[in-house]
Amino acid sequence: MDLGFSAEEIAFRAQVRDFVANNLPPAIREKLVGGHHPSKDDIVTWTRILANKGWGAPHWPVEWGGTGWDAIKLSIFTDEIQRGHAPESLAFGTSMVGPVIATFGTQAQKERFLPRILDLRDWWCQGFSEPGAGSDLAGLRTKAERDGDSWVINGQKTWTTLAQYADWIFVLARTDGNVKKQEGISFFLCDMKTPGVTVRPIQTIDGGHEVNEVFFDNVRIPAENLVGEVNKGWDYAKFLLSNERNGIARVGVSKARLAKVRRLASLAVYGDKPKMDDPVFRMKLAAAEVDLKALEMTQMRVIAASRTAPKGKPNPMSSVLKIKGSELQQTTTELLMDVVGPYALPYQPEQGDRWNEPSVGPDWASTIAPTYFNTRKVSIYGGSNEIQRNIIAKAILGL
Amino acid sequence: MDFDLSDEQKLVADNVARLMKDKYGFEQRKTYAASASGFSEPLWRQYAELGLLGAPFAEEDGGYGGGAVEIMLTQEAFGRALALEPYFASVVLAGGALRHGATPEQRAALIPEIASGELRLALAHMEPQSGWNAFDVRTTAKKGAQDYVIDGEKGLVLNGDSAQKLIVLARVSGKQRDVDGLGLFLVDGDAPGVTRRGYATQDGRRAAEVTLAGALATPLGEPGRAGPAMARVIEDAIAALSAEAVGAMAEAVEMTTDYLKTRKQFGVAIGSFQALQHRAADMVVALEQARSMMYLAAMSSSDPDTAARARAMAAAKAQIGRSAKFIGQQATQLHGGIAMTHEYKLGHLFKRLTMIDMAYGDADHHLAKLGEGESLFD
Repeated sequence: MDLGFSAEEIAFRAQVRDFVANNLPPAIREKLVGGHHPSKDDIVTWTRILANKGWGAPHWPVEWGGTGWDAIKLSIFTDEIQRGHAPESLAFGTSMVGPVIATFGTQAQKERFLPRILDLRDWWCQGFSEPGAGSDLAGLRTKAERDGDSWVINGQKTWTTLAQYADWIFVLARTDGNVKKQEGISFFLCDMKTPGVTVRPIQTIDGGHEVNEVFFDNVRIPAENLVGEVNKGWDYAKFLLSNERNGIARVGVSKARLAKVRRLASLAVYGDKPKMDDPVFRMKLAAAEVDLKALEMTQMRVIAASRTAPKGKPNPMSSVLKIKGSELQQTTTELLMDVVGPYALPYQPEQGDRWNEPSVGPDWASTIAPTYFNTRKVSIYGGSNEIQRNIIAKAILGL
Repeated sequence: MDFDLSDEQKLVADNVARLMKDKYGFEQRKTYAASASGFSEPLWRQYAELGLLGAPFAEEDGGYGGGAVEIMLTQEAFGRALALEPYFASVVLAGGALRHGATPEQRAALIPEIASGELRLALAHMEPQSGWNAFDVRTTAKKGAQDYVIDGEKGLVLNGDSAQKLIVLARVSGKQRDVDGLGLFLVDGDAPGVTRRGYATQDGRRAAEVTLAGALATPLGEPGRAGPAMARVIEDAIAALSAEAVGAMAEAVEMTTDYLKTRKQFGVAIGSFQALQHRAADMVVALEQARSMMYLAAMSSSDPDTAARARAMAAAKAQIGRSAKFIGQQATQLHGGIAMTHEYKLGHLFKRLTMIDMAYGDADHHLAKLGEGESLFD
């Protein structure tokens, strides 16, 4: 038993850290440190910097541009990207549809799509959730019907993250309504420019525009854009979701936010002393750090176990990581609220766009309440924490 | 980075698990608890034969060359079974005082006797006023003609009523809470001037209040310089209790799961109710977080960086305390009335978990301490 990292892993961490420090454009870093969302251009710029280095999708098969790093190095890489306040790679491409195409797609699909995901020439979004199919995803009703050499899609998707920038969408659609609901679903790739695709923005409680509704009205796509076999889409979706859960703990994000909490708590002076001198606050901060330390170790245990586990089989321990990781992300935003205090109040969405007017209150204050509101999503998406508890009860406890 | 055990460590884990399975059913435990010493003397000898009592000591001291991982594995199994033998008191606490505080000659003289099971020691370090401050010591040690002479009151001496010898923390100089000026002293349990008032503890064990009035004692290591050694002993104790707590928590989660599957109400197993499933799932989360910190504590006990080691132990104890409270309370609730009965094991797990939280600083104590210092992350 040895919980330390090897000399090689320590050197690797330093290499990634240095790379991020030296190559992430300062304007992007500043924006993310400030709690603002990266723009489309920011994400594309950074993804291409990584892709040039050969780090566009480190976890992919080497023949398609992956690095061959083991699970520990992959987790170190993710941790350093998150801690370094760099934009994360667009998961819909690199972590979701990319591995599905690489595993189940045709050679033509691989050659056509994978290189364009790697350097973000194609921006992908995810067509899974529907108004009537959230936690019960298999209850989806969007339909695809075969017509000659085409499939014709009709229906509606929702919560489609960053669809406003997307070139492509991967879509789960019902192709057989007369079988068990999981057995009549297929997985399609659809160009967003296809006639009949309409995107409508959803404004979220933080004032942002992250998610959308996507409507399909007689959208005709070529038959070659089906992935794998007809009616096997649910299997591919499960494979995709098990990949999505890697890194779901988002330890690096919480580490970065706790560092920010410490920094701002030393700046924020109320009365005659900074928030950091408040022993009750310090105790709450310590409690979050203890939780995060334990979560980091739990993640390491899951990674260590994954080295000997069968590939592609979801580990129910990832549900533990999802629950605790999302709770911690939320706790860290609550600590920021403790720091900002009454100047949580002003609503200044324009501050993110290099607005020339001075901010109301401290210049770091304007993103804190929106971040707190926005982060409530993390226990809802990716399989709500209640769904994760169902998984633990069933798969770990056998209830 | 790996969490794999060596072959020797696997053997320790297998041996102790098998022994607990054969000899530590809850009904068998009741007979051990009812004996005069409050534990099983034959099992103590078996622990010695299996090498458990000598495992954590260096070979040159007469041990078997293991360390924190061996203690962790043993304590985890003992925690599951709620073992009553004075392993923690004699091997972890007093043994730790020898490892960290005694001279090589003293270790070579005493450790083989611990390893063989002949000698049971108790560590008398706390005092009625000291709370969780290990350095708050009023008991004095004064140089006499040959030996030292000890005067003072020691409290909560685990297994202090039956130990043959006591290791006493006493002050040779300095003020009441100074880290400097402390010494560790070996005192015969039946020496003149030693009065022991033994009593039962909440968790079914034994402890003693010890009065020392002019008791003669031999110093271990250099008198006056035992403070840092004592800090190490407490860190080792925290690591060992973390493992014991994880064993007890794992047992509580397992018992609760079994109960949810078998107990029927409204014509169905109560484990089919989602409200109960979700609570059980939260117990799993708390258990896994605690287990992670158990590993961190065991691995950190040999970290040469004093401050980092202290932070890791405080973090571990805080997590263990919070998980133990949550799992103990939830397991009791999910069992319902049966958990409230003395005859059933679960309530005893709950009590032991509660007392582990109260030992060497509860969760809030360690969180407050961590809050005063640097971040856990670089």
